[in-house]
This record gives sequence, C-alpha cells and structure tokens, in this order.
Amino acid sequence: MMTTEWPLWEIFIRGQHGLNHRHVGSLHAPDAEMAMKNARDVYTRRNEGVSIWVVEAKHITASSPSDKGPLYEPAESKVYRHPTFFDIPDEAGHM
Amino acid sequence: MTDQDALLEYLLRLGDNTLILGHRVSEWCGHAPVLEEDIALANTALDLIGQTQMWLGLAGEVEGKGRTADDLAMLRDVWDFRNVLLVEQPNGDFGQTILRQFLFDAFHFDLLTALSRSANDQIAGIATKSLKEVTYHLERSSETVIGLGDGTDESHRRMQAALDLLWPYVGEMFVADDVDTALQAQGIAPDLTLLRQSFDARLADVMSEATLTLPENSFAHAGGKTGFRHSEHLGHLLTQMQWLQRAYPGATW
Repeated sequence: MMTTEWPLWEIFIRGQHGLNHRHVGSLHAPDAEMAMKNARDVYTRRNEGVSIWVVEAKHITASSPSDKGPLYEPAESKVYRHPTFFDIPDEAGHM
Repeated sequence: MTDQDALLEYLLRLGDNTLILGHRVSEWCGHAPVLEEDIALANTALDLIGQTQMWLGLAGEVEGKGRTADDLAMLRDVWDFRNVLLVEQPNGDFGQTILRQFLFDAFHFDLLTALSRSANDQIAGIATKSLKEVTYHLERSSETVIGLGDGTDESHRRMQAALDLLWPYVGEMFVADDVDTALQAQGIAPDLTLLRQSFDARLADVMSEATLTLPENSFAHAGGKTGFRHSEHLGHLLTQMQWLQRAYPGATW
C-alpha cells in the first residue's frame, strides 16, 4: 500500500559555536529542504541553534537493544582501558 | 492632507496589513494539516503580530493622542482599518492560505527592502528588523506553493483555484494614492510601480515552477487600504479578534 505520510527526519542542532550537533528530535517533511525549514520552525524558535543537520531516519543504522550484552559488556571488566591510573600534575589543571 | 496625516495613514496601512494577516494565520493554530505546518503558521502569525506592535506603536506616537498599539488594534472599527483586501480574505483550505501568504510575502519583502532605506529612521529601523522574518516567510511560502502546485492532481487543482480566487486582490497592493505619492516625494516610501515590476518577475518564476497559470483578467478590487470599502470578512474577523476588549474594556492579564 502506498503511504501518504511524509518520511521521518532526525534533527541535529548545534547550539553554540564550538559545540557538537546534538540530536534534538524528529519530524515529518516531504524532502530535505522542507525538513530543514520545519526544523527551523519546530526546534529553533527560542534561539536554540546556529546550525542544523537533517538526516532521513531510514539512513540511520541503529544498534539493537538485544545486542547490548555482546556489544558493551566485554568492556566492563577492562578498567585498564580508562585513563584513570595517571596522576595529573597540578599545573595541568582541570582536564 | 498634512505630512503628519499622510504619515499616520501610511503607518496604519503597514500595521493593519500585518495585524489582520497575523490574526488570519493564527486561526490555523491547532487546525493545520500536520504538526510541522501548524507550528510554522503559528510562528508566522507571531512574527506578523510583533511587527504590528512596532508599526501601530509608531502610528500612535505620530498621532499624538495617547493611543497605544493595543488601542489601535482592539478599539477601532471596520471603517478605520487600512489593510489591503487580500489579507482579510478567509483562510479557505490550506492551499488558499499558503497562496495568500505567498502573494502578500512577495509584496511585503520588496516593500520592506525599500523601506529599510527610508528617509524616516524609525520606519527604516522597523523595516530592517521585520525583513529578517519576512525573508524566511517568503522562502517558505514560495517553496510550499511550488510543492503543492507541482504536486498531485488534487493539490494542483486546489492551488489553481486559490490563484483564480485571490488574483483580483493583488492589484490593490500596488495602486498608489495621495498618501503613497506624498511619502514617496519625501523619500519615506517607495515607488509602487517599481515594486510591481519586481513582484511580477518573482511571481512569473514561482508560478512557472509551480505549473500554475496566472489569470488573464486584470480586474483589481480596491477599497481596503483607503478604508473606503472593506469586504464583509473584515467585520467578522474583528468580532473574533476584539471581543474580549469590547466585552471587558481595559481587561489585562
């Protein structure tokens, strides 16, 4: 069956210069340009952003929740992978 | 007509256009076909009402009788309004609303661009501020007109019907009267014949992309911007917009 629903887009906004784009939510739009405009209206009306990325949701490959164990658990017992065994010299300040 | 009278009249035209269209567009709030359009229309309405506060605020100052922007918006009757007939026309379907928006945005954009160089600094300031918002309105309405005109059979049919319906209201925006010529002579307002040329060029581009056909009839309704004869729709709009101040005079939040 043909759907009349517009495709779903995921919206990423960079809040201030120097910060990364962050996922803020999703919306429907017929094409990328309208997705950009809709994102402007839906997500930046309170001056939130300086840059917008839109990605059609179908292009995002997500990990499956059932893969949680095999994907992430092996890292849990390997504390030596965390850089917590170094003394940071005072002069270095906050890192 | 003194210079002050002409200036007041001109400011009322600017403020009433944005007020009446802003109110019309706000009628979509909660009713638009999709959530995204609902929010976009509400944003447009809010922009226009914000611009109204500046234009009518300045109009009140120029008049010098202590009337505020709120007084001018809420306590005048049909015959006092100076908006063009186009903006008081009913919303119709979504396509009709968007086409009306595009026709006004295209005029508004060129008008504000010219006014941002006005000899009157206050007018130039308000125009410059408004132009940022209106640039986006025009971008959005042009693309939506193109998308719907060059869309499905049904959307094309509805857009052509909207164009046939609204076309007779386009001419009024560009007809200069004594007020326009007086302010043009002082370098405050632009030459409307130049604005029309720019409007026609933009219109031709968008209509061709939207695969819509401009009606050949050049008849133009008049009477809105002079206040001589508004369409019946304005009175109905005002009963909605003004009822609270009329029923409870001076009510505040």
